[in-house]
Amino acid sequence: MLRLEKRPSPSRFWQTATPVLAVALTIVAGGVMFAMLGKDPVAAIRTIFWDPLFSPQFAAYSRPQLLVKAGPLILIAIGLSLGFRAGIWNIGAEGQYIIGAICGAAVGLAFYPANLWFIFPLMVLAGALGGWAWAMIPAILKTRFNTSEILVSLLLVYVAQALLASMALGRLRNPEGGGFPGSRNLSNWDASANLELIPGTGMHWGVVAAFVAVIAAYVLLQRHILGFQIKLAGQAPRAARFAGVHPSRLVVLCMGLSGGLAGLAGLFEVAGPAGQISIDFGSGYGFTAIIVAFLGRLNPIGILLAGLLMALTYIGGELAQFMLGLPSAAIQAFQGMLLFFLLAVDLLSNYRIRLIRREVA
Amino acid sequence: MDFGGINPAVLIASLMVASVPIMLAAIGELVVEKAGVLNLGIEGMMIMGAVCGFIAAVETGSPVMGFVGGAIGAAGLALIFALLTQVLLANQVATGLALTLFGLGLSSLLGQGYVGIKPPPTGVVPFGPLRDIPGVGRVLFSHDPMVYLSIAVVAAVWLVLKYSRTGLILRAVGESAEAAHALGYKVTRIRIAAILFGGAMAGLGGAYVSLVRVPQWTDGITAGAGWIALAIVVFASWKPWRILIGAYLFGGITVLQLNLQAAGARIPVEYLSMSPYLITILVLVLISSGKGRAAATAPAALGQNFHAAR
Amino acid sequence: MNRRTLMATAALGLGLAFGSMATAQPMDKVKACFVYVGPIGDGGWTFQHHQGLLAVEAAYGDKVETAYQENVPEGADAERVLTQMALSGCNIIFTTSFGYMDATNAVAAKFPNVKFEHATGYKREAPNVSIYNARFYEGRAVTGHIAGRMTKSGKIGYIGSFPIPEVIQGINATYIHAKKANPDVTISVVWAYTWFDPAKEADAAKALIEQGVDVIVQHTDSTAPLAEAAKTPGVIGFGQASDMSEYKPSPRVSAIVDNWAPYYVKRVGAVLDGTWESVDSWEGIASGEVGIGDITDAVPADVKAEAEALRDAIAAGTYHPFTGPLTKQDGSAWLAEGQTAPDGDLLGMNFYLEGISGEIPK
Repeated sequence: MLRLEKRPSPSRFWQTATPVLAVALTIVAGGVMFAMLGKDPVAAIRTIFWDPLFSPQFAAYSRPQLLVKAGPLILIAIGLSLGFRAGIWNIGAEGQYIIGAICGAAVGLAFYPANLWFIFPLMVLAGALGGWAWAMIPAILKTRFNTSEILVSLLLVYVAQALLASMALGRLRNPEGGGFPGSRNLSNWDASANLELIPGTGMHWGVVAAFVAVIAAYVLLQRHILGFQIKLAGQAPRAARFAGVHPSRLVVLCMGLSGGLAGLAGLFEVAGPAGQISIDFGSGYGFTAIIVAFLGRLNPIGILLAGLLMALTYIGGELAQFMLGLPSAAIQAFQGMLLFFLLAVDLLSNYRIRLIRREVA
Repeated sequence: MDFGGINPAVLIASLMVASVPIMLAAIGELVVEKAGVLNLGIEGMMIMGAVCGFIAAVETGSPVMGFVGGAIGAAGLALIFALLTQVLLANQVATGLALTLFGLGLSSLLGQGYVGIKPPPTGVVPFGPLRDIPGVGRVLFSHDPMVYLSIAVVAAVWLVLKYSRTGLILRAVGESAEAAHALGYKVTRIRIAAILFGGAMAGLGGAYVSLVRVPQWTDGITAGAGWIALAIVVFASWKPWRILIGAYLFGGITVLQLNLQAAGARIPVEYLSMSPYLITILVLVLISSGKGRAAATAPAALGQNFHAAR
Repeated sequence: MNRRTLMATAALGLGLAFGSMATAQPMDKVKACFVYVGPIGDGGWTFQHHQGLLAVEAAYGDKVETAYQENVPEGADAERVLTQMALSGCNIIFTTSFGYMDATNAVAAKFPNVKFEHATGYKREAPNVSIYNARFYEGRAVTGHIAGRMTKSGKIGYIGSFPIPEVIQGINATYIHAKKANPDVTISVVWAYTWFDPAKEADAAKALIEQGVDVIVQHTDSTAPLAEAAKTPGVIGFGQASDMSEYKPSPRVSAIVDNWAPYYVKRVGAVLDGTWESVDSWEGIASGEVGIGDITDAVPADVKAEAEALRDAIAAGTYHPFTGPLTKQDGSAWLAEGQTAPDGDLLGMNFYLEGISGEIPK
């Protein structure tokens, strides 16, 4: 019979092999699911994974779109991963994303229709501060009252969504919009637009920020004392306390950082691809980023790759929908399966499987 | 007598109905968390319950089979969670989120042929003349069986946790899995059983939405009820009877808001819809900071995986 | 330059290569694509648009190829989906939700040889963009009349989605026609703040019924209000967007049916024979875009006859649902005796008419 034996330290080989194994397993299982839905599995897998990158019909357009879609995911996931490593679970990134977008948009629209150079930087600042402040609520409640940050940050997502609806219908509504909910289109207004920096690459400021975040997180974790403290707090909380790590300071720092990054991502989205504050602006990036963080094994480079992979499944999924008639729910189930398989095979990097013969006597 | 055009008996009766799904899901999750497992996948399990229950009811023509089907479907999904977290020792938070994502997608796929169909109606429990008692009759005696069942489940869970040996063992596993294991209890098995129970309850709650409350099936019909159930468990500081209060609070606010609008009162809708969450946060703060570190009511081993070294 | 440039110039080149039919030439085969905001199985708004797609297939057979994508969120994803559709060779793309307005216009600028049809919007920023809408308020007039004649409690409930002009038109049209039939009638409005959320709609219907309403009029798209109405004897309602015939003969006594098929068939045909031009189409009962669902026997014969006569008068153009004298809720005059409402007033309608209590939420 099989027994699990904990490894003294996680296996390096398996740590890099497991995501690959998980993707392979998902492709197989996903193919089975597509076949059960009556679609050609090979064509479906090809449309999802291959076409957005290499198809002559679409790839020139979809490749940059991968960056556009992955940018916010990576940015948020980097922030979340730092907290997750330290055992600080910020589940409310979606709320921080929304609030960041609202704050940034509100600041920008306050200046409408002027065309001043400092509007966009001011919006960026407002977005980051908005997300940071929203994350401070669970942080302070945790440090002062020991309230679960998981639940508070999650509940605040709903509050943020209600606020979004109220802003889109009320204070931020476009007065020239025919009475419909939704703010002015920020991406059509030069002073606030978050456009591609180099045409054709999909790289807007949000994508740039994501790359910067990846590098900064890598340096932080590898070289900076704070990175060491974060890792230590997650793996051995008591040892960390003895080593002088202030648990409350870490909570405030990690929550604040992840909130600020999420708010930034929200601002870049609302001023760029999404374009306006609308009732359903919150498209779930905050939750998908949690998946991306885990998929990337909480490692900055891993998160970069995981973000791109998730973006690929989204964009490939869209292509599969109208090229092959695949239902959108199938893609959602597919993404869930990816995470399941990753979590399942993750075992292999922490535990060894041994065959044990039952001893007699 | 009406207050501002709203009849309180009617209001209370409505909120009792509205609270059933979240009450069932919350009491299930309470059992799971008492055993030390944090399952964030309630939303996924509820919606699986909704679709499986709907399909079972439509195919068999019987609402009872519908509820059974819903419970089984959701428990099946919970089994995946149990396997991943208890056998394969995966991180509980991430697995729960994956469960929600997968559950939402799978339920939508399963339900594709069933949108817009009417399910067999679930009747009201015949209490006869008791129904006609003014006020009380409407509140107590005119509901369908699931309303009474949900309250019965809460009572049963309270009894079992407080007075039975099973309950004691469950709580022990949640407080310190190592100690329970040393005493010879099969921690993994107990946790899996708790997870399956939680799944079945969430499934019943979901099935209630698609079979009674709405009643129909469409994508995402549970609309975040699973997350609310999670909040209710903490709001209730893991005590079963408080689940009842929490569920009525959340169910009540939504119902109240709509009734206020229908009666002509002008309330900014968004602020009212925020209020249950804000109130819960407030309660969470009060509980965690309250006298004698009441946070100790949270099971100590909540969220930590257990792996027997020997 | 006020245009977003999140598109590759390479894509533009590819698009031109694929879509390089000159606008005024007839075509042998057309690829018609549809972008839906919800699932085709919603039994309401998107379902009806999909019926339009099926009608196009039935009308043109081999000469048309169709493709669609459902559940497309408004915003960045919409723009990407539209671009991909254009790249894949679509000749005409129907975007079936108001929220696709900016995306439609942005992509249309990049693909001048692809035709874009946007539903319920108001921007036409390029010559290859057309907008279309339906005069739903005409349907509301007929159902409002039935409501006024059938209500026993004198209370009508209206489940509103968002406080936008289209919904205000619906509320006003329903009220004035109910009032003509029954001078004591009142209308209560509950705002659901969603187009489609069965649980919320059921709760809203329930709240209204508990207030004594016995006719439910909905501007939201699921069958949940009818299901809720079915639980209480004596409460009637109307199908919305689609016929919702599984609730016949009661509570669904009639319906307002969105029928996009005539318009879609017409427009695809225009692309086929090269006569397509940008239009601003706002049709109603007359050309078949708004249908009145079968009035069931739960409605007395004389009421049914009156409703059908009203419908026919609107179709013939002899009666306009908003005909004066009409006064606004605040007492100011709007339409004089015999005057009919200009389209502009309707498109920006943000006031209730006299007799409706309550305020439109800001």
